[in-house]
Amino acid sequence: MVENVKELLKLHEGITHEVYLDNENSSIVPQEVVEEMVPYFSKKAYGNPTLTHKPGWEAFEVIMNCFGKISKSVGAKNLEDITFTPGETEANNLAIMGSCFAQKGKGKKIVISEIEPINVLQVAEMMQKFGFTMQKIPVNKEGFVNLEKLKEAVDNETILVSISAVNNEIGTVQPIKEAVDIVKAKNPNVIFHSDASDAYGRIPFNVQELNVDLATLSSYKIQGPRGMGAMYVKEGINLERVLEGQIGTQKLWPGVENTPLIVGFAKASELAFQNFEANAAKMRMLRDKLVDGMFSELDDLRFNGPKSDKRSPDNANVSILRAEGEALTIELSLSGVYVSSGSACSRRLLQPSHVLIAIGRIFEEAHGSILMKVTRSHTEEDIAYVLRVLPTAVNRIRGIVGSTGVH
Amino acid sequence: MSRIPLPYNPKVMDLFRHPKNLGKMDDATVVAVAGNPACGDMITFYLKIDETEQIIEKAQFESYGCAANIATSSIVTEMVKCLTLEKAWEDITWKKVTEEIGGLPSVKFHCGVLAVGALKRAIRQYYKEKGIAPPSWMPLDHTFEEKQALEEEELAKTLSKRLKIEEEKKAEK
Repeated sequence: MVENVKELLKLHEGITHEVYLDNENSSIVPQEVVEEMVPYFSKKAYGNPTLTHKPGWEAFEVIMNCFGKISKSVGAKNLEDITFTPGETEANNLAIMGSCFAQKGKGKKIVISEIEPINVLQVAEMMQKFGFTMQKIPVNKEGFVNLEKLKEAVDNETILVSISAVNNEIGTVQPIKEAVDIVKAKNPNVIFHSDASDAYGRIPFNVQELNVDLATLSSYKIQGPRGMGAMYVKEGINLERVLEGQIGTQKLWPGVENTPLIVGFAKASELAFQNFEANAAKMRMLRDKLVDGMFSELDDLRFNGPKSDKRSPDNANVSILRAEGEALTIELSLSGVYVSSGSACSRRLLQPSHVLIAIGRIFEEAHGSILMKVTRSHTEEDIAYVLRVLPTAVNRIRGIVGSTGVH
Repeated sequence: MSRIPLPYNPKVMDLFRHPKNLGKMDDATVVAVAGNPACGDMITFYLKIDETEQIIEKAQFESYGCAANIATSSIVTEMVKCLTLEKAWEDITWKKVTEEIGGLPSVKFHCGVLAVGALKRAIRQYYKEKGIAPPSWMPLDHTFEEKQALEEEELAKTLSKRLKIEEEKKAEK
């Protein structure tokens, strides 16, 4: 199979412009961030930060600086409130499993929203094997969590609530502060976790103002290197480790600290927050241009998620009716536009995104959905190029569909 | 949702980009549909049959689906050209289609199955519509591909029913 890739890539020769909009699934690391990281592989601070020699102390110093940068960026009280993990998947696993195991005997109920990313959803489901129970809170058609249902769900047995600050697929900005207040009023012992991977660097997210106990951060989602993320753990919150091994600078995650990636993450964070307002405004402007352009060029589209300012500024999610998502992503790729589709192929049927189904989209609408996320690095020319290419791609795929499946 | 790598081969890509025998056929002898858009793939299959010779003169398709779905549908329309109905029935299997197209990722095998399901359904339908007794080579029971198509359609019905119930529950909330 792998030999096919060479031919596949050959089909892309001659592309004049490339626009990477699949920032949900990976991202381009800016040169500035790469350059910051490179010396830490072999020139300096290549030691293990817990060891008593120069490269170790160098590593310790730089890692402490990075703890400082990340903790400051979310308004954490102490450096130690941050734990670096190999990504948001690991951080979310740590949040759910670590909370449950630490709270064992105090209760057994986990409450999450029905549109949590699968690294929360599936972990919470898995915890049922260990005697915990799970309840999913419904969302409305724009993806906002039903706070009444949340209030009803939290009881004396509840040990953990997990609600993402921004939904990764449809960009819904959840009322986290209100949710925390509701949960804590019902049961002050509940640990409140929020996956902030899609909020961080896009909307204001301050752990002390929001009063969350745990928050997940992702490096690649702010154009940092992949394989890096972090979790904020409020002082006094007790979590259990989910992996064992050599403990270094952080008690919640064993193993040797990955200094270059930590440095890259911290640099990406610095760049994201350096001109926070301007970056957000730029993303919003580019995103709106993209969406407005699509709606003026094409018919039979559905906009997924909220339209108001209660949507993350980078996120665009549009269902293109009478077109299948995978076919569209390939067609767009051949023109240099890289997006992802909300459905993924399984053995028998296309699995629609659980988020789109939760907001009431039917399967056909979910199958034709494409997810695009702009960054501050995109330009107006990029968006103009996408808008030139997209209608042609959609029309060709719709041409193959013809009268099939049109009801 | 899990994803798997899908490194399509050049033949699949070629048929995806330049599908052969694409489009509605106005003078089709028989038309058959297989699959359901809820499952992510659906094919309309058109056959023009020389009725005295019982030969497939041409076949065309339209499809809602992924690259593998489009490519396998297209290749089936090529493979059946000028075959007698009997030969088309007996020779065209999903395995042969997968082979002919140079292999598919295993999660895409069902695309070839559905394309052949649509073909077999069209041939069966031809005899039914014309009121001709089914020939001896045609089994009364559904073939593997026809069964799979039916199962997929049943699955789609179950899914939409389940969605409807959830939708109603949501409306009540």
